[in-house]
Amino acid sequence: MKQASGIIFQVLQSVLVVLIAPLVLGWVNQCRAWLQNRSGPGVWQPYRVLNKLFHKDAVLAHDASLLFRSTPYILFGCMWLAVGIVPVLATSLPFAPAADVIALVGLFALARVFVSLAGMDIGTSFGTLGARREMMIGFLAEPAMLMTLFTASLISHSTSLPTIVDTLGHGELVIYPSMAFAAVAFVMVLLAENARIPIDNPSTHLELTMIHEAMILEYSARHLALVEWATSLKLTAYITIGFAIFVPWGIAQAGDWEGLLIAFAVLLVKLALAGAGLALLETVSAKMRIFRAPEFLGTAFMLATLGMLIHFLLEA
Amino acid sequence: MDFSSFRPVEAAVTLSVIWIGLGGAGLAFARAPRVVTDWVFPAGAAVALALALTGLWAMNAPVSTAVLPAGLPDLPFHVRVDPLSGFFLLLLGGVSFGISLFSAGYFRGSGDSSVGLMSLQYHVFLASMGFVLIADDAYLFMVVWESMALSSYFLVTAEHHSEQNRKAGFIYLLVAHLGAISILLSFGVLHGGHGDYTFDALRRAELSSFWATIAFVLAFFGFGAKAGMLPLHVWLPEAHPAAPSPVSALMSGVMLKTAIYGMVRVIYDLIGGIRWEWGLTVLLFGAATSLFGVLFALMQHDLKRLLAYHSVENIGIILIGIGLSMVFLGSGHPVAAVLGLIAGLYHTLNHAVFKGLLFLGAGAILKSTGLRNLNEMGGLIRYLPHTALYFLIGALAISALPPLNGFVSEWLTFQASLQAPLLESSVVRSLVPIVAAVLALSGALTGMCFVKVYGVAFLGQHRHELAETPREASRWERAGMLWLAAACFALGLLPVFMIGQLNNVSQALIKAGLPDEAMASGWLWLVPTSSAQASYSPIVFLLVIAAVFALTYLVVRQVYHGRLRRSDPWDCGFPAQTSRMEDTADGFGQPIRQIFAPVYLIHREIPRADDPRPVFKQEIEDRHWNAIYSPIARFAEFLSGHIGKVQQGRISVYLLYSFLTLIALLVFAQ
Repeated sequence: MKQASGIIFQVLQSVLVVLIAPLVLGWVNQCRAWLQNRSGPGVWQPYRVLNKLFHKDAVLAHDASLLFRSTPYILFGCMWLAVGIVPVLATSLPFAPAADVIALVGLFALARVFVSLAGMDIGTSFGTLGARREMMIGFLAEPAMLMTLFTASLISHSTSLPTIVDTLGHGELVIYPSMAFAAVAFVMVLLAENARIPIDNPSTHLELTMIHEAMILEYSARHLALVEWATSLKLTAYITIGFAIFVPWGIAQAGDWEGLLIAFAVLLVKLALAGAGLALLETVSAKMRIFRAPEFLGTAFMLATLGMLIHFLLEA
Repeated sequence: MDFSSFRPVEAAVTLSVIWIGLGGAGLAFARAPRVVTDWVFPAGAAVALALALTGLWAMNAPVSTAVLPAGLPDLPFHVRVDPLSGFFLLLLGGVSFGISLFSAGYFRGSGDSSVGLMSLQYHVFLASMGFVLIADDAYLFMVVWESMALSSYFLVTAEHHSEQNRKAGFIYLLVAHLGAISILLSFGVLHGGHGDYTFDALRRAELSSFWATIAFVLAFFGFGAKAGMLPLHVWLPEAHPAAPSPVSALMSGVMLKTAIYGMVRVIYDLIGGIRWEWGLTVLLFGAATSLFGVLFALMQHDLKRLLAYHSVENIGIILIGIGLSMVFLGSGHPVAAVLGLIAGLYHTLNHAVFKGLLFLGAGAILKSTGLRNLNEMGGLIRYLPHTALYFLIGALAISALPPLNGFVSEWLTFQASLQAPLLESSVVRSLVPIVAAVLALSGALTGMCFVKVYGVAFLGQHRHELAETPREASRWERAGMLWLAAACFALGLLPVFMIGQLNNVSQALIKAGLPDEAMASGWLWLVPTSSAQASYSPIVFLLVIAAVFALTYLVVRQVYHGRLRRSDPWDCGFPAQTSRMEDTADGFGQPIRQIFAPVYLIHREIPRADDPRPVFKQEIEDRHWNAIYSPIARFAEFLSGHIGKVQQGRISVYLLYSFLTLIALLVFAQ
């Protein structure tokens, strides 16, 4: 019985998160529009864009190889797996032991490598430029991300997310100063990894400042739709990883149907707040020069390391 | 013949001797290169496969020893196969199987009679490595260690017409001998002046902690020189590009691993009584080596040189695993120590497999296009689709991406480093996760480096007009690469099997294994300690991604459509697209050069503003040459210059020397 409900929870969570991911992006964009005194296109705009893109005929460059065509599907698969593993609504999902936090970071790296390779596939100047910059941001962000996760892992003696949620969310309420450092570092990494301001601007098409957009410049129609959808999934996955580590309250346990309803409501509230917060961050900050990014992510890394040292000095 | 008494040790000796025989046969047929490539190399591959199976057998069999009827009178050769030797025999056999298959295709059609000589050196090289792994006395060990160095020296200088290759060979030989002297001295310290030089006697020797530390330092640097550890790595980026590609694959994939074997054998088995300070030394050298290796790899545009620097990096990662294990063992936490040891050894095997594969890929590119410089390649995926696929697998594996094998061992290393709270000393406790962060950084940089390699070599437009269309690798070559690529998948998807085997090695070596809970969780789930702590399942990983791939593909086609149109690239509407507008390998590394500028020694030549044909030149140098090697070389020259004054070239002076020596001896020897 428990196994069956576990599988139902798993399927429910994966499908639900995949469906609401564009909504998260739409909400962030809408909030940003409000904060900038615009009326905005409405929260459903990403769905309209996806629908439009799926309807269009795909245009492919003459030189594009199989790698280029399969990357959107691989990317989508990676992100789907990510949101299937993160305890968004419930812990003890059957797929959750397939990857711990380190493997999740590896999964994001896999997706990043494929997108970068696809950017270089046709051999346009912007594609390679985007790939180079994306890999640069990636290698700076990855150690900072791992240090953040290590801090949480050292507190809960585990790298598996459900255990982290159980220790931090369902246990006694303890305030960990190290987690404050880790949380700031995590937000900085989240901004960098999801191509948000101040590292990258998701709505720019100004050639020389693009990072993520430059890589996917050659994609169109259904391929572009999948890439965009995967981008919103990645944002959602990062935000929910943040929830699981820093605000793990309200996540249901397996077989608990009432808990699931509560968890869903709590999730929507948390996502709304996080989206508004993200929009606010993006509105009050300006995009940096690309070579300021190492300083930004270096700071994130230092903060995460400090958090870990504080854990060893004060909490152990 | 009685097969019941046939044990792994006899099998290993027999197979190694057959290798030597095959080498001789290759030389005998030197005038018929087709016989050598079509029969001798495939036969060598078959022997390799048999050796791999022997290794697997030895990992599950009791220790077997034998005394060979060879060597000096009263000083016979001792051999012994235990699970540790078995694991490395598996590595040697498994990887050289693929490389020998590749060689059968690679050396064909080179057309000259040097193939016979090459076959002799190649197989003697293989056999020496086999004997290094089973030697059970210091005497045999040093003999085969030297024969391994010499046979590989001749392979490195196979193309001896080039000045550069001769120089590379010389540096290689020099560092190899420095290492060998250090190892010899370490055995001398262990021996301590009594007993004989069998490993059994060395194991029994009781050393004071001071002499044990001396023996450790000598062994660590001796084997470190062979492994390519910082700062003794300088021979590696010179020697690997000089050798023919299958030999580079063998040297980088297997020979460096014999040094790891020697290190584990001497430190864990012969010296014993490991102290955590030793572990910390290994750990810090490992972290420095891995970061340095990848930073220099990113600056290379010669594909084989780049791969050589990555070998330096991966040796660093292996040393991190082993160092962690020694730190935990030295502070009395055997379970965490097992995890570190298994992580280090598993990465040893993984690196052998994917680095072998990548060097073979580089060889396939070199053979079909004649190019080694990345800046001249491009778009090769269209001409060499098979090679491109295998190289992609190798590139993903070395970048430590799930679900391939490189990730498993890095994951295990991370898990081992997260056992840090067990340690008492708070300095070491907080140092260990920082080393893990260095590991994460070098892993991510490796990803960047291989995006560069793959993107510049295989993707994009070709940058260089080739005389003829490149031809795909031959069937033998593809078979060799396929074998290693399949191994990348097998070791990545089914890690539990090999970890069970490595658990046997650790049981035999440090009398401890993983907790039962870890081993009981089944083949699907990789669990290092307990499933609440951490788990990873590469198969679920791969299946979910593949299922979503297929599902999305079908659903998009069902609900919408699959229409497709080909056209020119968009590129923000820029009309002309030439290959000169793409990033070169050097361009791709530019952000790294800027961020890590203090690490490099950069020489730039910036053209004048009015230069009609401006050329921008830039060279990156290894600081170790100026900081360490040049002063030593100058000092040696200075010293030999002064000693040279003694050599007057006049017979009367030499007679005087003899006379003085005689007097001195008479005075001292009375």
